[in-house]
Amino acid sequence: MSKGEAAGPRVRGGLPRLDWKRARRFVTSERAIGMGLIVPSLVAVLVFVYGFIGWSALVSVSNWHNVNPDYTFVGLDNFRDLFKNFRFQIDIRNTVAFTVLFVGACLVLGLVLASLLDRYIRGEGIFRSIYLFPMAISFIVTGVAWRWLLAPRAGVNLLASKVGLSGIHYTWYTDSTVVYVHQGSRLADALDAIGLGFLADPNFGVPLAMISVVIAATWQMSGFVMVLYLAGLRAIPKELKEAARVDGASELQVLRHISLPLLRPVTLSAMIILGHQSLKIFDLIVSMTGRGTGFATDVPALFMFESTFRANNFSRGAAVSIVMLVSVSVLVIPYLFWSLRRESRL
Amino acid sequence: MLVRWKLWLPAAILLMVLVGIAVACGGDDEEASPTPTGPTGSPSPLSGKLEIFSWWTTGGEAAGLQKLYQLYPQQCPGDVQIVNSTVAGGGGDVARQVLSSRMQGGDPPGSFQIHMGHELLDSWVASGDMESLKFLFDQQNWANVFPQGVLDIVSKDGQPYSVPVNIHRANVLWYNKKTFTDAGLQPPKTFADFFTVADALKAKGITPLALGDKEAFASVQLLEVTLLGTLGPDAYKGLWTGKTAWGSSQVTDALNTFKRMLSYTNSDHASLTWDQANDMVIKGQAGMTIMGDWVDADNKAKGFTNSGWVPSPSTSGTYDALSDTFGLPKDAPNRDAVICWLKVVGSKAGQEAFNPLKGSICARTDCNKSLFDPYLQSAMDDWSKDSIVPSLAHGAAASPAWAADISDAVTAFVASQDVGALQGRLSTACKDSGVCS
Repeated sequence: MSKGEAAGPRVRGGLPRLDWKRARRFVTSERAIGMGLIVPSLVAVLVFVYGFIGWSALVSVSNWHNVNPDYTFVGLDNFRDLFKNFRFQIDIRNTVAFTVLFVGACLVLGLVLASLLDRYIRGEGIFRSIYLFPMAISFIVTGVAWRWLLAPRAGVNLLASKVGLSGIHYTWYTDSTVVYVHQGSRLADALDAIGLGFLADPNFGVPLAMISVVIAATWQMSGFVMVLYLAGLRAIPKELKEAARVDGASELQVLRHISLPLLRPVTLSAMIILGHQSLKIFDLIVSMTGRGTGFATDVPALFMFESTFRANNFSRGAAVSIVMLVSVSVLVIPYLFWSLRRESRL
Repeated sequence: MLVRWKLWLPAAILLMVLVGIAVACGGDDEEASPTPTGPTGSPSPLSGKLEIFSWWTTGGEAAGLQKLYQLYPQQCPGDVQIVNSTVAGGGGDVARQVLSSRMQGGDPPGSFQIHMGHELLDSWVASGDMESLKFLFDQQNWANVFPQGVLDIVSKDGQPYSVPVNIHRANVLWYNKKTFTDAGLQPPKTFADFFTVADALKAKGITPLALGDKEAFASVQLLEVTLLGTLGPDAYKGLWTGKTAWGSSQVTDALNTFKRMLSYTNSDHASLTWDQANDMVIKGQAGMTIMGDWVDADNKAKGFTNSGWVPSPSTSGTYDALSDTFGLPKDAPNRDAVICWLKVVGSKAGQEAFNPLKGSICARTDCNKSLFDPYLQSAMDDWSKDSIVPSLAHGAAASPAWAADISDAVTAFVASQDVGALQGRLSTACKDSGVCS
C-alpha cells in the first residue's frame, strides 16, 4: 500500500497510525495563530469556570458546616436536607412565581412596544433608546430606585396621596400575603377530584410582594425584549402581511396568524435569556427587598449567600448553587442544542 | 523553517500562560516572623507593622479607633507603624468574609474586631487559630476590673480569648417623652404595663411599637428581649447551654408574648431599618421602640432631646450585652506589638478614649463617668450591678449558624404567626447546632 492512498483505517500491526502528513496539512499558520489566541482563554475558562464548578460540587457533597473545612463525603445528605428546608421550599415557589410573571410580562410588554415602534414613526430611534436605557443600569441601582418608589411610606404611595388618591396605602413589597387555593374552596375540591389536591397549599401560591420585584425587573428588561422583537418583526417579509390585509385580515389577526408564528424563534430566545436570568436573580432582591416579610421575596441565590457568608454553612451554600446550576442547565442546554442544530441546517 | 514556526507560536503562548499562572499562584514569601518571646514582662521597644482589622470606617467608631491609635505609642514605646485595615459595610458582614478568607489562607491580621462570645469561640477558637489570653488577663489583673459575666462570655473552658473594648445593651425601650406626657402615660416596667400602654397609644392613633426589620436582626433582637423578660437571666442563659428546653411551656409563653407585641407594630416594618423606626418615634408617629443603645447616638445625631429610656419590659436588673473585642491570632505577625495593642484596648485610658466617641460604655467597671452622656452614665451604673447575659442577635449567645437558623425561623413567624411551628423550628435549630441533644 503506497503512502498517498486514502484507504480505510491506517492500521499497521493492529494499531491505528497517526497520519503526520494529514496533521501537518491541518495545522496551517492561520489555524496555529487562532489556536494560540484561544488557548489562554480556554485555560482560564477551564480553571475558573469548570474547575470551580467542580469544586462547588465537591463542597456540596462534603460535611463543611463551619469555618473549618471538612471534606468528609456525605453523599446527597445536603441535598436531601435542602429540599426539606422550609425556607428553600419557599424559595422554589418564589422563583417559579417570579420567573413566570417576569418572563410573561417582559414578553408581552416587549411585543407591544415593538409592534408600536414597527410603524416607522418619526423619532423611532429616540423611543428605542429610551426603552432600552434601563438595561444599561445595573440591577443594584434599579433595586435601590424601585425600593424607594415602592416603599409604603414614600414613593408611589406618597405621590398618590398628594394627588388626592389618599386611599392608596398598598404595602407593595412588604406584603406577606400569598395568593393560593385555600383548602375547602370549590377550586380545591375540583383539584382534589383530579388528584391535584396538594396544590391547595401556600407553597404553591403567588406571593404578592413578588409583584413589586417583577415590576422593577420588567422595567429593566422589557426594552431588551422589545429590541429583539423589533428585529424579528422587521425580518418578516412585508408581502406576507400585505397579502393578509388584502384578504381582509384585521391588524390583530395579522399579528396573531402571521407575525407571532414567525416570531417563535425570537420568543424562544427571549424566554431562555430572561429565564436563566430570573433563576439566578440576586442583586435585585438584595438591594430592593431583602428576604421580605415571611420570606415573600426570598430567592435561592440569597439563601445561598446567607448560608455561605453569614451562617458559615459552606456545604449548604454549595448545594444550593449546584441546584441552581442544574436548573439553569435544564433550561439552557436544550436551547443550545436546538439553536446549533438550526444553524447547521441553515 | 515554516513548519517549525507554525507549531512554536501556540506552544510559546501556552508556555507564557502557564508561567503566568505559576507566578500568580506562587504567592509572597512570608516575612520572617519574630520568634515568639512569650508573655512580655518589661516593655522593650517595639517596631515593625501592626495591622488592625475592623469595620469601623465612619463616624464615632472611626474617631474612637483613631484615638486608640494615638494612645498606642504612649503605652507601647517604639516605632510601630499601625496599618488601619478596614472593610466597610453592613455591621461587619463583608469584613467577616474577608477575614474568613485571610484566616483560612494563613494570613491573619495582627488583631481583628469581632463580637464577643460564640461568634469568635465557635469559629476561630474552635479551629485552633487563636491564642488563649489567660496570661494577659492575669498580668493586667483584668479579672478584678471586668464583671464576671463578661469574663464568662469571652472565655471557653476557663480561657479568655478576646479583650472587650466596649459594651452595648440590647434590652432598652426608648420612648418619646412628649408623646407619653401628652397621653398621660408612664413608661412600662413589665409586659402587663407594656400592653396597657400600647392599648392606650393605639386608641390615640399612635403606633405603639416602632419596628424596622429590613435587616433581620431587629426582629431577632425583639424575640431575645422577650425571652429574657419572660424567662429571666438564668433560664435565658440556659437556652444557649442546653439547660433550658426550647420546648418548655415558659418558652411558649414568651413566644405568645412576642406574637402579641408584633401585633402592636407598624405594618410596613419590613421596609424600614432600625433608624427609620426610630424616626417614627422622634416624629411622634410611634410611641416606643425596643432597640439597642446605639439609638442614643442616633438621637444625638438627629438632635432629638425628648428621648426617654427604660430597660425593655420585665428585664430590669439584667444587662443584655454585646461587645466588640480584639483577640490574638496564633500566627499573628509582630506578636509583641499585638499583645501591647490588646493592653491598650483593655486599659482604662484606652476605653475612656474610645467609648464616649463610639456611644458605648467601657467594659471595665472603673471608667470615669463624667466623660459620658446621661444615658451612658445610667448604663454604666447598671453595668456594674446587673446580671449580664449574652445577646443572641449580635453573636454573643449562639454560633453564626445557629443564629442564622433562628433568624430564618423568626422571619417565617412574622408572617405566619404560627407559634407552634416557631417553637418547633427553634428546638430543631438548637439540636442542629449540637448544643441540645
